[in-house]
Amino acid sequence: MILGSIQPAVLIAALMVAATPILLAAIGELVVEKAGVLNLGVEGMMILGAVAGFIVAVQTGNATLGFIGAAVAGGLLALLFALLTQVLMANQVASGLALTLFGLGLSALLGQSYVGISPPRTPKLDLGPLSDIPFVGRAFFSHDALVYVAIAIVIGVWWFLKYSRAGLILRAVGENHDAAHGLGYHVKRVRALAIVFGGACAGLGGAYLSLIRVPQWTEGMTAGAGWIALALVVFASWRPFRALAGAYLFGGIVVLQLNLQAAGVKIPVEYLSMSPYLITIIVLVFISSGKARGSLNAPGSLNRPFHASG
Amino acid sequence: MIRLEKRLAPSKRAQYLNPFLAVALTMIAGGLMFAALGKDPIAAIRLIFFDPIFSEQFGSYSRPQLLIKSAPLILIAVGLAIGFRAGIWNIGAEGQYIIGALCGAGVALAFYPMEGWFIFPLMIFAGALGGFLWAMIPAILKTRFNTNEILVSLLLVYVAEKLLAGMALGLMRNPDVAGFPGSRDLRRYESAHNADLIANTGMHWGVVAAMIAVIFAYVMMTRHSLGYQVRLAGQAPRAARFAGVSPTRLVVTCFGIAGVLAGLAGMFEVSGPSGQVRIDFASGYGFTAIIVAFLGRLNPIGIVLAGLLLGLTYIGGELSQMMLQLPGAAIQVFQGMLLFFLLALDFQTNYRLRLTKGARA
Repeated sequence: MILGSIQPAVLIAALMVAATPILLAAIGELVVEKAGVLNLGVEGMMILGAVAGFIVAVQTGNATLGFIGAAVAGGLLALLFALLTQVLMANQVASGLALTLFGLGLSALLGQSYVGISPPRTPKLDLGPLSDIPFVGRAFFSHDALVYVAIAIVIGVWWFLKYSRAGLILRAVGENHDAAHGLGYHVKRVRALAIVFGGACAGLGGAYLSLIRVPQWTEGMTAGAGWIALALVVFASWRPFRALAGAYLFGGIVVLQLNLQAAGVKIPVEYLSMSPYLITIIVLVFISSGKARGSLNAPGSLNRPFHASG
Repeated sequence: MIRLEKRLAPSKRAQYLNPFLAVALTMIAGGLMFAALGKDPIAAIRLIFFDPIFSEQFGSYSRPQLLIKSAPLILIAVGLAIGFRAGIWNIGAEGQYIIGALCGAGVALAFYPMEGWFIFPLMIFAGALGGFLWAMIPAILKTRFNTNEILVSLLLVYVAEKLLAGMALGLMRNPDVAGFPGSRDLRRYESAHNADLIANTGMHWGVVAAMIAVIFAYVMMTRHSLGYQVRLAGQAPRAARFAGVSPTRLVVTCFGIAGVLAGLAGMFEVSGPSGQVRIDFASGYGFTAIIVAFLGRLNPIGIVLAGLLLGLTYIGGELSQMMLQLPGAAIQVFQGMLLFFLLALDFQTNYRLRLTKGARA
């Protein structure tokens, strides 16, 4: 009876929107981890992207510029991570945490005079007749451009990792950095580039939250989305299309949960809103255990520092 | 050409010197940030690091605050540091802290309004148990199902925060006051109140617990075989396995100790300085404690100093909010910078710069 009031087309449309921020962050982190680096700063880069995108969009009145600003901000913060872990050989886990703590603080500082403002609207992409198809048009073809950009990035990453020479080098660096170094590839340079790409994607994901999904700036608004994106990479066993499927599955759960809240189910909101985190944990447990053993697909040099001794 | 060369052994001097350098650099960078915000940098730095203790105007208020803010940081960081040493990453102390507070407060509220000497000890036990059990979730998922403990422990922080909100607005809400979310004030319930042991010093039971924890951790890490196993597992995991160190037991032990201490910190906070289960009870101690652990070099004695310093920045942050209208987030940025500088400086612990003649391939 409660579920009966939810229209499938609207549900699909909403889940695509709910999934896009974590999908963007996850596909970026996937590339970083494929290069053998674990960047736990996704949450920090996302929230910095959220605030930077918001500020740029409000100041210029242009949402597109906002998204570019967000990607730049995420990339810059990621560059700091690259400096720490690749040049100064700092511990990746600690550096990632530092990135998150710093990003949360800096975003709150930058955004304090932007609370309560509405950002410029991001127009829906006009897909002409496609949007008019019954059901399918409402569900799949009435979104803003970023939803499709995210999907395009997933396809691009898949192609890049699977078919391009640069992608092969990146995977080699991630699987065995000593061998890659022996073959003459610049391990640190490849990793730094991957890290910056990951930061830019996380920044975009954050801006999607502040400019489209919510759309407003509030302190700490990513609320763990970055960590869920990290879990999604494990869930996807480091495969781009699985990340897409996982993100949409997750988006579906979030939307369903929000619908249950709106429908006034007898469970208090606080307990319902635990579900995304709990489900993420449960899925992680399933993926990392048993026959599936997704973790076996982890890049060989993940979270191992590289220093050429020669 | 300058090359980075790995040292044969970590430099002890750099290890001890770096925290001080990091603090100095953070003061400079923080000063620049305050200047960018249009505030007098020297006044701000003075207000954060000097005035809370030495100012005649605020000293009498803020000196006791130093122990109140530092005790939970030290208590949590001591536990976390043991795990970090072994390469076991519990980053969900904030969640264990919240659950410890909820369990401790739950016991108190269940007995209200009965008075009895046994209530406070029971609360301490409940707080420790709550933190322990919450920490066991990632530990057991890690050892049983090989699930990433970093992600699980962190995600559980959000679950704990939602649970806290649910409790503050629902089950634990004060039934006598309509309209105000939050539990009864435990400071007005004598048997449950974690009062100052010496009036107006900030010296409550949490401070005592922190001191005991520091001593225990120090003895364990230097004298007990468990401390040896922890250090061995952190420095040479393979060697540790050959030496018969069970990774499963180590994960459970490290998470358990950290969980107990974080739970205790939460319980002492909710029954004393904070007094209430409220939505905004969680104040990030669990995350700041990570910085404290690193700044204190994962060493119990160092953690005391680092905890006092970061406790100071909390009070200084409040003061600068009041006096200079500095935004509260500035202090978070400040703390984040501190960790950055420390991590950046630490490369000279393990590496040194060497000048080489000409470029070699």
